[in-house]
Amino acid sequence: MFSTYDAPVYPYIPSPEQTLGQPARHKVLVIGAGPVGLTAALDLAARGVSVVVMDDNNTVSVGSRAVCYAKRSLEVWDRLGVADRMVAKGIEWNLGKVFFGDRQVYQFDLLPEGGHKIPAFINLQQYYLEDYIVQAAADNPLIDIRWKHKLVGLRQEPDHAVLTIETPDGTFETTADWVIACDGANSATRRMVGADFKGQAFQDRFLIADIVMKADFPTERWFWFDPPFHRNQSALLHKQCDNVWRLDFQLGWDADPEVEKRPENIIPRVKAMLPGVEFELEWASVYQFACRRIDELRHGRVIFAGDSAHQVSPFGARGANTGVQDIDNLAWKLAAVVKGEADEALIDSYHEERAFAADDNILNSTRSTDFISPKNAASKRFRNAVLDMAEKASFARPLVNSGRLSTPTPYVHSSLNTPDAGIWKGKMVPGAPCSDAPITVEGVPGWFMHQIGNGFTLLDFGTQAQPVSVGDTTAKVLRVGEQFDDTERLLANRYDAQPGTVYLIRPDQYVAARWRSFNAGEVTAALARALAKG
Amino acid sequence: MTLILTPNIQNPDGFYQELTNAQRDLNEEAANDMNARLVLILANHIGDRAILTEALALAAP
Repeated sequence: MFSTYDAPVYPYIPSPEQTLGQPARHKVLVIGAGPVGLTAALDLAARGVSVVVMDDNNTVSVGSRAVCYAKRSLEVWDRLGVADRMVAKGIEWNLGKVFFGDRQVYQFDLLPEGGHKIPAFINLQQYYLEDYIVQAAADNPLIDIRWKHKLVGLRQEPDHAVLTIETPDGTFETTADWVIACDGANSATRRMVGADFKGQAFQDRFLIADIVMKADFPTERWFWFDPPFHRNQSALLHKQCDNVWRLDFQLGWDADPEVEKRPENIIPRVKAMLPGVEFELEWASVYQFACRRIDELRHGRVIFAGDSAHQVSPFGARGANTGVQDIDNLAWKLAAVVKGEADEALIDSYHEERAFAADDNILNSTRSTDFISPKNAASKRFRNAVLDMAEKASFARPLVNSGRLSTPTPYVHSSLNTPDAGIWKGKMVPGAPCSDAPITVEGVPGWFMHQIGNGFTLLDFGTQAQPVSVGDTTAKVLRVGEQFDDTERLLANRYDAQPGTVYLIRPDQYVAARWRSFNAGEVTAALARALAKG
Repeated sequence: MTLILTPNIQNPDGFYQELTNAQRDLNEEAANDMNARLVLILANHIGDRAILTEALALAAP
């Protein structure tokens, strides 16, 4: 059925531990080789931690699935050296149009701020993304991806987990100090640890289809409420690469998924949406969804990330993007604990920060869903009133909600932050992800984000900062005007910097603390706090 | 600011007449649609979230 992409088939390779019947003790074992699990492997390996990934399948995602990748996820992948290929292949888009009935009532421009390496969004079929990461991981001696390895049992000891794995050669036991469960919304790992996964299920169904067409539609996101070709429901059209387009049709709760998935029922819907356009149907799926979160992101030695930890509606592209940001938060903490540089309290801060982000994502995605799929006649009346007025009255436009697109949630209340003293402007508050800026290194143009290393960084806009250490962890000095030049003054502007200003930046490129001048004692205390030793 | 609950409309009879006249020829569906638009227009004019919350609580059955 796929005319644009040949999915790789990865070889099943029996492991020595299974063949010899001698369970290995892995430092970190990742369950699931989707975007989240594969990113975990790359990130841990980048921090010098060996990692085994097990997946019950032997190929990439079937169908385009996640599609929309947001700036922050791409910045994480850029830190891991795989983003350039994704951005080159992906489709960049900025304009979204909203239609109500047969009229366009609203359009938005993501209007990305200039002076960032990474675009606001790209659309890329999930299989390409996974394919690229698997290729990058294959070259890394610290990463061992094992295909056709299915988790069938798990029990926990105080300092490790014992896992039963099924392969084509039967079952075997293995052990790991830490397990990261990236096995999706129906996570078997989550059931095995007996975690609660509670929230709100939505009584609605959606058909998604990938079609191949050579059409002159612009590279924009088109969203319809109650269109003439699909009355009383919503529809979405979005471009992917290789002339593949993603279509999304709201079906209502009474739709029969098996019937709706049949090509003879999909094709008339597409023809009504895109009259006179020649197309080929490539892939389709019917889904329903829920917004829910696991009770604790850490259960003993098992840590949950991505859809296994939280599920959101697809509106806003908050699924895969949130999962990748889970790993961004977890990998440096787990690496520090595995290397003995921090205590387990640092891992507990993963729950604190990412459960906060998950709740923010769930809130946004629930609100979008309630707008798109109103729960009663009164809600629908207000929804239609908003859409009706949005065309002429600008005040109604901020109320139109066809999905609030994924942006990183700042950890504003995190116990790892050191609160500001004094008055600061701009977005770089403690707990915020670092903003990029164009810089030059010995006259050669580059990007600020590439200057931040893998560890803690003291960004110094003055001349006084010195490296500080807590235990085996050292925050290195990155001095503006010395290691690089802020030629356009955009960095100083975005960081509200004055001469002498110092930022403490975490290994995941988040702001931990900032000061107007360097004081070794204060910086050391902030570093200890950021390592959950404060 | 708090929600104004004392008389604040000049010429109350005139206003009431204008309000009901605006919907005199509408069926229930069209009147309800108009009321939804009216709520949103007035809510935007007020803007203050605390006052809107107070008004919602007062209007709730």
